[in-house]
Amino acid sequence: MSGVADDKEMLGLFSGMLRIRRFEERCVELYSAAAIRGFMHLCVGEEAVAVGVIGALGESDAVVSTYREHGHALARGMSMQALFAEMFGRTTGCSRGRGGSMHLFDSSRRFYGGNAIVAGGLPIAVGLGLADRRLARPSVTACLFGDGAAAEGEFHESLNLAALWRLPVVFCCENNQYAMGTALARSHANTDLAARAASYGMRAWSVDGMDAPAVRDAARMAVDTARGGGGPCFLELRTYRFRAHSMYDADRYRDRAEIARWRERDPVELMAERMRCSGLLDDDGRSALEAEVAQEIDTAVAEAEAGPVEPVSELTRFVTAGAR
Amino acid sequence: MPALGADMESGTVVEWLVGPGDVVRRGDVVAVVDTDKAAIDVECFESGVVERLLVEPGSKVAVGAPLAVIGVGSPASAAGPAPAPEVAAPVPAQTPSEPAHTPSPVPAPRCSQPHIVRSPLVRRDAVRAGLDPTRLPGSGPGGVVTRDDVRRARSARPRISPYARRLATERGFAPTDLRGTGPAGVILARDVPASGAVLAPPVPTTAPRSAESPASGRPVTPAPASAGRRATAALMARASREIPHYYLSADIDLAATLERLRTRNLELPVAARLLPAAALLRATVLALGVVPELNGHWIDDGFVPGEGVHLGVAVSLRGGGLAVPVIRDADRLDLESLMARMRDAGARARAGRLRSSEVSGATATVTNLGEQGVDSVAGVIHPPQVALIGFGAIRPRPWVVRSEVLARPIVTATLAADHRATDGAVGARLLHAVDRYLQRPEELD
Amino acid sequence: MSIQTTSASEPSASTPSAQPTSAQPGVKTEITFREAYRAGLREALAGDDRVLLMGEDVGRYGGCFAVSQGLLEEFGEHRVMDTPLSESGFVGAGVGAALGGLRPIVEIMTVNFSLLALDQILNNAATLRHMSGGQLGVPLVIRIPTGPGRQLAAQHSHTLEGWFAHIPGLRVVAPATVEDARGMLATALADPDPVLIFEQIGSYGLTGELPDGAGPVDLDRAAVRRPGTDVTLVGYGGSLPTAIAAAQELASHGVSAEVLDLRTLRPLDEATILESVGRTHRLVLVDNAWRSGGPSAEVAARVAEHALYELDAPIERVCGVEVPIPYPEHLQEAALPSVADVVAAAMRTVG
Repeated sequence: MSGVADDKEMLGLFSGMLRIRRFEERCVELYSAAAIRGFMHLCVGEEAVAVGVIGALGESDAVVSTYREHGHALARGMSMQALFAEMFGRTTGCSRGRGGSMHLFDSSRRFYGGNAIVAGGLPIAVGLGLADRRLARPSVTACLFGDGAAAEGEFHESLNLAALWRLPVVFCCENNQYAMGTALARSHANTDLAARAASYGMRAWSVDGMDAPAVRDAARMAVDTARGGGGPCFLELRTYRFRAHSMYDADRYRDRAEIARWRERDPVELMAERMRCSGLLDDDGRSALEAEVAQEIDTAVAEAEAGPVEPVSELTRFVTAGAR
Repeated sequence: MPALGADMESGTVVEWLVGPGDVVRRGDVVAVVDTDKAAIDVECFESGVVERLLVEPGSKVAVGAPLAVIGVGSPASAAGPAPAPEVAAPVPAQTPSEPAHTPSPVPAPRCSQPHIVRSPLVRRDAVRAGLDPTRLPGSGPGGVVTRDDVRRARSARPRISPYARRLATERGFAPTDLRGTGPAGVILARDVPASGAVLAPPVPTTAPRSAESPASGRPVTPAPASAGRRATAALMARASREIPHYYLSADIDLAATLERLRTRNLELPVAARLLPAAALLRATVLALGVVPELNGHWIDDGFVPGEGVHLGVAVSLRGGGLAVPVIRDADRLDLESLMARMRDAGARARAGRLRSSEVSGATATVTNLGEQGVDSVAGVIHPPQVALIGFGAIRPRPWVVRSEVLARPIVTATLAADHRATDGAVGARLLHAVDRYLQRPEELD
Repeated sequence: MSIQTTSASEPSASTPSAQPTSAQPGVKTEITFREAYRAGLREALAGDDRVLLMGEDVGRYGGCFAVSQGLLEEFGEHRVMDTPLSESGFVGAGVGAALGGLRPIVEIMTVNFSLLALDQILNNAATLRHMSGGQLGVPLVIRIPTGPGRQLAAQHSHTLEGWFAHIPGLRVVAPATVEDARGMLATALADPDPVLIFEQIGSYGLTGELPDGAGPVDLDRAAVRRPGTDVTLVGYGGSLPTAIAAAQELASHGVSAEVLDLRTLRPLDEATILESVGRTHRLVLVDNAWRSGGPSAEVAARVAEHALYELDAPIERVCGVEVPIPYPEHLQEAALPSVADVVAAAMRTVG
């Protein structure tokens, strides 16, 4: 583990990951109780990527993500209540209940979803970077996607465009080794994703995605490069999802031993251990934090459940600006 | 067997609509009887329970012969008018009611005459299919049109465009009255006449068998007349023979009446708009009230005044021939109601769906050939009536109004009257009264 | 994918200026569709710094159909951007740029290549507003040349406006006059939601009369291009000239045909269509797209739904034959609606 981070930041990284972890665990319960429906993709195991990357961004920066975006949304500052309400389909949800788990949006935080088409967000990130540059804004766009997206044409088109036009985009590939049920090596003739990104003419790094401070440092470097006019950057974040692809997935394509091995590098526990060792967080402190997070979740669920359902008469709103 | 026309001597029961055990009330339609001119729904005038039907469908019986027995146990039953048929025992109706699963071999339809017999059920099937029931070949006994015949004909039924259908409905025509000039005989908007038109008998599409020119010298075979035609011929011949007619005519300025109708119609829905014919009828009805000597029957060397004005309205039928539905108690109807009855009776007359109470009992008759374009009508009275009032076309003609010559819509009203019952002076009073009412159209309401 | 310059006339060698210099009202200038589109583009680029044009060969090449000739020189490479052959990439970038505050005009070289960008158009451009519960709008304009050219064969001759007109969240317009070519872009740029402008490939070299001072036009209404009483002929884009020519020929047969230019395929101007059919009582739809499930089917369905009792004859559709457009000239002609086909259909309706 590398990287220099001060105590406050360390605590922030840990509590951020803990919030995400417990939130996702509650989602499992809620989904099993059929309070959340449709497709739901959890990021358990990938929390370090969320807090590390998003935490390196400023308020005016932008985020484009995928359908596995709960962690990213929470790290970006969206409230648990807004997310739960969205997944319950209530109008108090962050997308007015219209999107569900896969389409979380928050324009005030420049959080552009929430995209269910693999690699569909990459060209949008390119466009956001284009606007920032054209309008002379010092903003950076962080575009998160998985290893599966690296096979799509849009990945290649977007990286090429971003490099060609030197756009302030940081492409963050959350490589959890599997594109749904297909292992990395079965999708890519060359599994060195960072090398392939670099071949488009941008700076590219591979990072241990289970080490939150390392992710934070790498992300900071990439963001600074992009913001400083150094063109787009690529981060390959090597991580792992401890749960299946989605709630419908039987996860039969992964070896139990492999999962167990990766669990030994649980980013939350890694961080906790590190903080315990450096005296930043003892068991009592951890318990207190856990209780706090549990409380936050309980309150958020209750509030979300009380949210109103959109009347059917409003069905055709929000198709176009004037639509009713 | 009721008398359903002045000179009807016998009729054929086509179909029974009730059976033994059925409860009937006075006024219920219980059977369909074919006269020479039309198939008439026969009402019964008793209330009770049907005990026995006495006559089988297809049988021709004389007027007055009992058709069925009704047990009148109910206190509500009242004696009907003189020729009330006794209703009788159950004979299952022979009209096929189940669709045949396999089409039975169809005997070649015996289309001895174009005028065809049909039952209400078959008639309903035909009208629903947009067919004219009088033009269907019948394969049942006696040339009866059966439901199978309708089904067969449906595949070749005339079609009508949605727009034409809407126009036809608005103007009071049944699609079955119309002939289509569109592709494959489709009825188009242009085939729907203007409102109020009385349909002319269609021009024959096939050359009549008697088409040889006399000049060729070849023998000519006259086409046999339909039963309806023959019946009308007999009636007219008798009337002409027996009734000494006199004729009067008067030209009437309709400006005031037409203007009043125009303003009335602005407030009425399209389907209820008043046609000039209604005003003419109304004026006639009122005039008959003022000159009752022309409203009634000449029976046995004496005049019997009508109890109320039951106005016969002559209607040309599509297949040729005449029907004269009777608007009973026309003197109790206001103008709008008279219009509605006139429209309804005319449509049903053309569709062959008149009730027995509607084909007899007229106390005077009006014939309006204006839409055919003639100026005036000198008709033949329908015995035992004593008057036939006719109206020609409403046309702009020069007219003197307060020593100015103006163009005014003028109609020629005529009266053919029985000289045994009245003299010319009485007839003149009638026409004068018609004129007066039409000059003060507010009194027509 | 490659395409030679296919305009009927040679690429204009004249200067790009197409602004009529006369300021007199009522004066009309004869200009080509190409010049009209270009004038609209120039006005947009000059009038709003946020506007940029991007697409394949729009800059150095001057535009595949020479529409954007001279614009790179006038506005610079940050406003007129040549893109690599990455339809999905640059259309999606257009979405992102619109989200980020620009007013991009993305040109997809032809509708034949637009399929590569269908995901960005449908799943992002058309849908982001709704998915985000109204938070995001995508004020993106996409210009897409469309329609058959001269013997360009199966993969370069499509008329696919109808596929896009199927999608809620999009506006789909089809300019068929120089006035619309000149004026639809400005209105589209002002729309907070995506607008697809389908330019007829076969029209660039044709001319029309443009009134001086012609400006933005509405995107909501169909237009009666020729009034008539006996039958309504409906066309759009490439089929409009066919309908007009058919109306002229029908007049010599004593049939007065009204020609309606749809102008907008989504939303359809139902009111104008129904009003016309309510007067003429007969309808013939002329459409270069294939018959099955094409825009003509949508118009026919709406007329049957709302004006059935006005129809005096069955609705006629004269559409592209269900075949990929063949290469030989006579076969291409046979595959597309002809004036004779439309005249025959109209004559059938008047019975």
